[in-house]
Parts: sequence; C-alpha cells; structure tokens
Amino acid sequence: MKTPLLVFNQKGIYCEVADVYLDPWKPVKKAIISHGHADHSRWGHQQYITHHTNVPIIKHRLGDISVTGKAWNETFTINGVKFSLHPAGHIIGSSQIRVEYKGEVWVFTGDYKTEDDGLAVPYEVIKCHTFITECTFGLPAFKWVPQEQVFHDINTWWQQNQDDGRTSVLFGYSLGKAQRLLKHLDTSVGKIYTHGAIENMTEVIREIADLPPTEKITRDTKKEDLKGNIVIAPPSAHGSPWIKKMVPYVTASASGWMTFRGARRRRAIDKGFVLSDHCDWQGLLNSIKATGAEKIICTHGYTDIFSRFLAEQGYDARTEQTQYEEESSEENSKEKQES
Amino acid sequence: MKQFAELIRTLDSTNKTTLKVEALSHYFKTASDKDKVWTIAILSHRRPPRPVNTNLMRQWASTFAKIPLWLFEESYHIVGDLAETIALVIPPSSASSEKSLNQFLQEMIELKPRSEEEKKEYLYENWFTLNYYERFVFTKLITGSFRIGVSQKLMTRALLKATEIDEDILAYKLMGNWDPATTTFTDLVLEEKPEDYLSKPYPFYLAYAIEDEPETLGDVKEWVAEHKWDGIRSQVIIRNGELFVWSRGEELVTDKYPEFEKFIHLIPDGTVIDGEILPFPKNEIGTFKDLQTRIGRKNITKKLLEKTPVILKAYDLLEWKGEDIREKAYQKRRELLEQLFVDVASDEIPLHISSTISFQTWDEVAKERDRSREVKSEGLMLKRWDSPYLVGRKKGDWWKWKVDPLTIDAVLTYAMRGHGRRSNLFTDYTFGLWDEEKEELVTFAKAYSGLTDAEFRKVDAWIKKNTLERFGPVRSVTPQHVFEIAFEGIAESSRHKSGVATRFPRILRWRHDKKIEEANTLEDLKALIPK
Repeated sequence: MKTPLLVFNQKGIYCEVADVYLDPWKPVKKAIISHGHADHSRWGHQQYITHHTNVPIIKHRLGDISVTGKAWNETFTINGVKFSLHPAGHIIGSSQIRVEYKGEVWVFTGDYKTEDDGLAVPYEVIKCHTFITECTFGLPAFKWVPQEQVFHDINTWWQQNQDDGRTSVLFGYSLGKAQRLLKHLDTSVGKIYTHGAIENMTEVIREIADLPPTEKITRDTKKEDLKGNIVIAPPSAHGSPWIKKMVPYVTASASGWMTFRGARRRRAIDKGFVLSDHCDWQGLLNSIKATGAEKIICTHGYTDIFSRFLAEQGYDARTEQTQYEEESSEENSKEKQES
Repeated sequence: MKQFAELIRTLDSTNKTTLKVEALSHYFKTASDKDKVWTIAILSHRRPPRPVNTNLMRQWASTFAKIPLWLFEESYHIVGDLAETIALVIPPSSASSEKSLNQFLQEMIELKPRSEEEKKEYLYENWFTLNYYERFVFTKLITGSFRIGVSQKLMTRALLKATEIDEDILAYKLMGNWDPATTTFTDLVLEEKPEDYLSKPYPFYLAYAIEDEPETLGDVKEWVAEHKWDGIRSQVIIRNGELFVWSRGEELVTDKYPEFEKFIHLIPDGTVIDGEILPFPKNEIGTFKDLQTRIGRKNITKKLLEKTPVILKAYDLLEWKGEDIREKAYQKRRELLEQLFVDVASDEIPLHISSTISFQTWDEVAKERDRSREVKSEGLMLKRWDSPYLVGRKKGDWWKWKVDPLTIDAVLTYAMRGHGRRSNLFTDYTFGLWDEEKEELVTFAKAYSGLTDAEFRKVDAWIKKNTLERFGPVRSVTPQHVFEIAFEGIAESSRHKSGVATRFPRILRWRHDKKIEEANTLEDLKALIPK
C-alpha cells in the first residue's frame, strides 16, 4: 500500500517525500508553520517556513530563529512536492498549507474561520482531495452572529459601564483576539488601555496592520485615568492582583466558549461575548463542502462527534491525534494561544 | 415575556449580588402583578407540572434543528443544560414575543392534557419565533427547575427593596403551598390575612458547621447538645383540626406519612413542632436507606407502612396554643415541648423526643459525639440555652458538630461531564477499589464535589488526554490517580456491584502521594460497615 502524502507521527504532520513537517509539536529539521499561536509554532525547529506576515510574530515569540517568509499562493517545491500557503482568516498571518504531489492535493487548515474579521486576510477555499480540518467548535450548538453585531454589543456595554462610572475589563488572547478587539472598539467612547502582554504583541502587529492607539498600564498609571475607559487583558489576568487597580470594574470575555452560560459562570466573569477566531458548525460544514474533498481528517476539537457526523453525510472522515490544544475551553495558568 | 427574558439576561450578565438584587427589585417594581407572582413562583421552584416530556422535546428539537438525535444528545452532554441546548441548536430568530409571562404559563398549563401533535406544534411555533434568550427562558420554563444563580434569599432581599416589607415576614409569606395560577400579588405579598396561614410552616432555622474547637464557644453550661438525626428535617403543624407535614425543602409531604394522622386528636390545635422524620423498623431507628423506600413512593401501601414505619423525633416547639413562640428562649420552648410530650406520649403514637444532654465539660461533649455512629446519629447539635428560633442559616447560637466522615482511598475510573457552571468540564467521577486479588478495580461510589475549581480543571485536562473508551457521555480513563473519598454512612446493598452503599460520598483530597497499588480494597471498605 502506498504511503499517504501526509502522515501523523510522534512529531507532527509529516510529508515523507519532502521530509517536511507541518506545525510539528516536537523539534524537527524543517517546519512549515500555519500561524503564530503557541500550539502550532513551537520552539526548537532548525528551519521555519511561514507566511511573511507571520515572520515578525513568531520571531517575537520564539526569538532568533531561521525563518523564511512566503507570499500567498507562492509555490515552493521541495523534492518534487509542491507547497503553497493560502489565507486561513484565523488571525493575522495565518495560512492553510496546500501540499501537492503527482496530482494529489492535500490541504491542512491549521486554525481557520470563514468570517472576514477586517484584520486577517479572509479565508479562501482551496480545492483538494484530502482536507485536514480543525473542529474546535464542531458542534451544532455553535453559531456565530456577524461581528458587526458583536462589536455593537461590546461598544454598548463599554458605554453603559462608563455611564455607571465603571472601568470595562475585556479579556482576549494576546495574539489575534486582542488586536481584533482593538480594531473594532469605538474609540469615541473612551481610551483603550492594555495589559503588558497585549501591548508587546500589539506593537509587533502594528508593523503589519493599522490599529488605534493604546496605552500600556504601568505602575504610574493612575486609577482615576482608567475610570470609564476600557482595558484589554489576557484571560490569565482575571483574578490576579493586577486587576485591583481597575476597581470599580466590570469584566467580560470575548470567546466562542462564551456560547455556554456555564463556561462564563464558572470563571466568574460578568459578561460573555461570543466572538471566535474559529469556524462555527455551519462554517466548518460549508468549508468542507466547498473544498470538494472526499477524505476529511479531523484534528483538534470535538473530533469524534464531528467526524461521525461527516461520515453519516457520506464523507470518508476520520480523526487523528495531534498535540494542538484539544477542547480548550479552559485556560491554563500560562496563557494558551487559542480562542 | 420580553421583560422576564430581559430580567434573566441581566441576572445572567453579572456576578455581583448587589446588581442582581437591583435588577430583581426593579423588575418587582415595574412588572405586572401576575408576572411578579409567576416570577416569585419560578425562582422558588414552584413551576407548574412539566407539560411535555423531555424525551419528546429532545426528539422534536433534533428534528427541527435537522440534526440526528445522537448529535443532539452529544451536544446536550457538552452544553450541560437541556433548555440551553435546544435554544442553541434551533436556527436563530430575532423576533420577540409581546405575550406576557403569565400568558405563556397559562398556555403551558393548558398544554399539559393536549395531544402530542398539538404539543409539537406549540413548541415549533415558539421555538422558531423567539430570540435566543426568550427561547431559552421559554424552554427552561417547560423543562424544569430554574436555577440561574438566584437563591430564594436573594429574591426575598429584592422583594424587600421593592415592597419595604420585612425580610422574615416575606420569607414566611412565601412559604407553603400557594398556587401561582390563582394567587394574586396582593394576596401573596401585600395583604395580611390570618386565615391563609393555616398550613404555613415557619422558615427553618439552620446551623452552620462549627469552625473551631467547641471550647471557643465559651461556658459549657450555657450550651446544650442533642444528637443530629439522619432523616428528613420537618415541621409538623396541627391547626384547626388539620395536619400539615412540611419537609425542609418546603415540600408538603403530609400524604406520605399517614402515621402522623394520629397527632390530630392528641396534639392540641395551634401547635407546630420542628423535628426529624426517622425510619423506625423493628422498633428501632433505621438507616437513611430505609427511609428512602418511603420518600420516593407515591402510593404508601399497608405493607410498606408495616415494613418501614416512621416516627417524628421532636427537636423544638415553634407554635404553642396558636402563638408564635420562636422569640422565647430555647430552654423555655423545650420545657413546653417536653410537657407536651409527657401529655401525649404512648407506644401508639409515633412521636419521640430528641433528648437534650447537658455537660460539665467540653470533653464530655466530645465523648458523646464519639458515640454518634453507635446511636445512629450524624453527630451533635450544639444550642445555646437562651437562643431564639431564627430564620434561615445563621451563625452564633446553634452549631452542628458532625462526626468526622469515614474515608477510603480509591482510584478514579470513569468520568462524565458536569452540568450548569461545570458544563463541558469532566467533574462527575466514578471511583473503584481493588478486589481481593488486587487485580480489578470494582466501582463503589460516584462523587461530584470536593475539589477546587483549579483541581477540577487539572483533572479535566488529564481525562481528555487519558481516555480509554467512550460510552456515550461516560469515559473510562487510565487508572492512575488516587483520591481520598469521604462518606457519612455505609451499609450493605444488593443493588450495588460492590455490595456496599455509601451515603453522601465526596472527594476529600487528591492523593498525589499515592500510587494506585496503594489504594484501598473492597475488603477494607466492608470492614467499616457497623456490625
């Protein structure tokens, strides 16, 4: 039997013919990286290949690494295997990875979403035979509303808190979600303050994208200055002493997991905004259909449930174990780069 | 409905009690009287009987959402709340209903006797024409208890803010058996009508567990102890020649305990006794398991009455000769209770009195506590002789001092996702003990509580990475972690695979220091069964 073009081994998703890994979780010689979140771009590979907008991001995170930037749709051939990167719409600089060999095409999505968030280059459908898809939100309970509406709600919430004399604290991951929030906050309401982790990453993104001004909270920041304004912070800041400076404050989280009332309640967050950088149920199904793929491999998320449903729809669907964070509705003490 | 859904949305959007009270009191000031009565009823778990069975609702929801039933079920296990799952999977709508909460509830009452087809149509109509929050609230009203982080106490506080009626009086008015469909807000809350109070119990006085050594309570002579019996805390009311039995859960259970009818002729009108309903087979106090054979039954057969009769173990007297005596000192109330007992006691009447025990030293109290398992009590209650009978759980005058639980080290074997605020998180665990040959782990208990949120998150993450097999919502996991399990009581049981039933098992701590080989055996557990 012929070895599949891509296999899942101990180190990651491997292309034997080219001797290249896609988003490996163990150190390898050559790695093609879909995007900058920690579970997809890990430390220790000898050579990194990624989209050029992702280069400053992973350099910021991983330090001095050997990395080559590629443009969208630019084909590069390694030992006869054609690779190219295509927008995934997940966060700024995120790609799907297309792999072609002897007429057979595989696409690995990394993480992706179908909605145009106004910051990342929007997702493009890539035709393929085998589609390796994430399914973080692969349940029919997940249905996103257009982001215009979510941001209208967020800005209204901010305005209301300001009227009540409170500071708004909005949690979102420092890479991706934070900048998406920044991009769409209504700066006529007030000033945007940031947590240090968010400010640092945002500074990097400013080289690539146009974002409203922010001010980092430091020891010298005065409590009175914060009042009525909004603070963007990573989820790990919730419940830390750092947040005391914002009193009186109201907290909110922007994440796909906020779909569940229980998820918000157990975190003791006041308000949940359902805003995700992944596909919802219908988004996943539409994308899969549009690729024309017959074989579907589900990686992280509700893989068993999702692949069973796909199989019932007539796809040749299966799941593969990866070390991308599974069912990551719980944040760890270290900031996990997924929302 | 719009207003009620908005209330629920607001309550849902804050974790701060003061803001919740504010939102509720605003609602109580502005909503229609009829809606207010329903809101009080719903928040105190008095919803009308479920008009549609939940199995049918699951089927219809999956049909309407155009997803297979198994997928609906999987989603439900992850979401952890049926109404929420339904509200999420049905295609969204942005419409809103002008119908009042009262109208919806009246419709639901009328829906109950209707045909399946009519019910299906009713649900279809509403599910597809209500926006997310209204749909969620609508479905929640049909499916069951409305737990949304609003306690009865919080609701009473909001009512106090809206009506300026004293909190204790409100608590009293809201107790008992009133029908929200026919009660008006004026009758229920505003108006003072003594005849309504015929069946009304008093709010129970509840104790906290003692925090320090009992010595810290001061002079032992100011205190009195009694055993804390393990049955159903109840109030027995005799007024106007009628008997009413209330459980602590504010449930009227008179019909379940026909043996208490004998009280009517013996105990004078205008008497309210606080006590514990206990099983009394073979003329001695039985186990809680015995009592369970009585609790669940709708029909109390003669055979059952003979096999597992019950008695009332009286603790306190709250009303005497029609007068509310809760303000009197405990010592005074006990005197009256003991006199009453002497007047009516006989072998024929299922009334016992819980003895009070006075001590000279706290050491003697501790010794008495050590006897608790022997006399089949859960431990001691410590009460100040001069204490009034308060409302609700209060610190200071009464303390419970339970016996230390029994414990055993067991291995985590299966896990299931939790509900409510633990949705999508594996928090419901099954534990096993070694069989005689130490080859196999035999399931002996399930436990859902005792770990911190942080620990639950750790175990959850571990379970997701160490799942062996999936059986619907249940996962078997690699035996690797040992937990110390505490429980209150233990008895032999033919219904359990292990042959043992434990009472109120919960996790005491995670034994990081123990390997699974060091977990206890089933034999160790059986050795704890009282002979």
